[in-house]
Amino acid sequence: MDKLKSETTALPGLPALPNAWFDRKGLVQIGLLALLFLAPLAAHLLGHIYYVNLASRITLIAMAAVGLNLAIGYGGMVSFGHAAYFGLGGYIAGISAYHAFDFSPVMSWPMAIPGSDSMLVIWLATILLCGLLALAIGAISLRTTGVYFIMITLAFAQMMYYFANSWPTYGGEDGLPIYIRNSLPLVDTGQPWTFFLIAFSGLLLAMAITSRMMKSRFGAALTMARLNDTRLATAGVSPYPIRLVAFVISAMITGLAGALYADLNGFISPTMLSWHMSGELMVIVILGGVGRLYGPLAGAILFVMMETLLGGMTEYWKLFLGLVLLLVVLFAKHGVMGWLAGRERHV
Amino acid sequence: MSDVVLTLNHLQKHFGALQATRDVSLELKRGEIHALIGPNGAGKSTLIGQIAGNLKPDAGSVHLAGQEITALSVAQRARLGLGRSFQVSSLAEPLSVLRNVMIAVQALQGHSFRFWKPVHRDESLLAPAREALERMQLSHRADTPVSELSHGERRQVEVACALALKPRALLLDEPMAGLGPEGTAHLTDLLETLKQEVPILLIEHDMDAVFRLADRISVLVAGSVIARGDSAEIRHNPDVREAYLGD
Repeated sequence: MDKLKSETTALPGLPALPNAWFDRKGLVQIGLLALLFLAPLAAHLLGHIYYVNLASRITLIAMAAVGLNLAIGYGGMVSFGHAAYFGLGGYIAGISAYHAFDFSPVMSWPMAIPGSDSMLVIWLATILLCGLLALAIGAISLRTTGVYFIMITLAFAQMMYYFANSWPTYGGEDGLPIYIRNSLPLVDTGQPWTFFLIAFSGLLLAMAITSRMMKSRFGAALTMARLNDTRLATAGVSPYPIRLVAFVISAMITGLAGALYADLNGFISPTMLSWHMSGELMVIVILGGVGRLYGPLAGAILFVMMETLLGGMTEYWKLFLGLVLLLVVLFAKHGVMGWLAGRERHV
Repeated sequence: MSDVVLTLNHLQKHFGALQATRDVSLELKRGEIHALIGPNGAGKSTLIGQIAGNLKPDAGSVHLAGQEITALSVAQRARLGLGRSFQVSSLAEPLSVLRNVMIAVQALQGHSFRFWKPVHRDESLLAPAREALERMQLSHRADTPVSELSHGERRQVEVACALALKPRALLLDEPMAGLGPEGTAHLTDLLETLKQEVPILLIEHDMDAVFRLADRISVLVAGSVIARGDSAEIRHNPDVREAYLGD
């Protein structure tokens, strides 16, 4: 009994204080956000644009992982195909910008849709289309569980990948450049610091939505669907629609991150849709801590920093990534957040 | 509305050559505990599956409060007022006792697609959940994770979850299994007071509890009901003694 108790308490030796800002967990979380905000601010003031863009990259990868974490961590749906939504968001940004650039329509039948270089239009389209795609993929995939679910989500994402690869209009495997970054009213999105602030707001919003939603009735039902779907069904709530809605929201968040990511790079290619991308997002979620609100942020910082620092020294940096992942899985099962901030206690 | 809450009409279920349920009919009336007993392999679990909705019968029908529910899913049956507990307790272990019961209250209210209001200060969820715990004398454990509960307490939580659904009928699958004598006595007392409010179909191995609690007993052997009656009748029925009680 004592052993059980200590395992479920937030911190050995300290009482569990839910919602406290200044316990260990609160400090770690504030620290991570401060790091992500202040480091690029310093770089911006010192004129190091490269590091501002690097922070934007971390931010958007983290935001994509926040979406995936909603599916994997909170919903127990191990999707190995979230690159489909990340890439779709990217292609929507790219294709829309491409048509806005040469004033051609995206489609002329059954109705004429012009291109647009407005981020607001692109984000709206991304939410709609990623939602629809996830509704279709989820409706089929969620009829399976376990390894079948992993494989079927992977299969759908690979279909998207090969489709993009073989569609010459938008560059096929060569990809498509975005010559001028898409715009927002009143601000100059071309400024690295401004763009970082947009990305940072997106990440904060995605995390706030996740946090708030998981405390709501829907979150309670989703948690029960993950922990014990028999209990949920016995109570009279069908788990399937709950999971499906969570899957769709998850895809929308990842898709929005993808749309912004394309704008950050000024370029899209099928790489954004490939299973490597799905795998990277999954690794980030696991590194950071599955089902932890700040897990994707911690994971993305670790991943991108390793990629940048170790990748600068050796092209075999993924060997070291593999070692770190191995250590996390073996010795810190709750990821970086579990290690830094202690175990989560459900109250 | 009639006195009969739950009706099984001529249920049949085969698994290949094995006939697990043979023409079983059964009624559960308001205010009673109807016990279903039978030796291992008699087909009790198969029958429960058909009542709860995990299994579809090959023939026959199940009615709850006059409505046919034979083709409905587990969740749909629960929404119509069928509460159940499991032979092996089925709760979300990392969550607190209160959280486990709250999901039933939430289901009863039918609003699971609400994304904004936090449940942890939603009195419309908390109050009925606390009340159900109070009924099962578990209030002092409300904030304890289920993983820290004793076996007997988990049984009580299961019944509290079922109660929170404000069910028309309760289906309790071996609620005494694995309980010590003290736990059994405690739960027996609780069920006895409960039956006035909700009729209970009780599947149980503990004969003392069954004979004490049940108003009627049906004995299932090899898929069919071989005897039905009150405690005294069943105790003295020669077929039952031979098939089940072993003397």
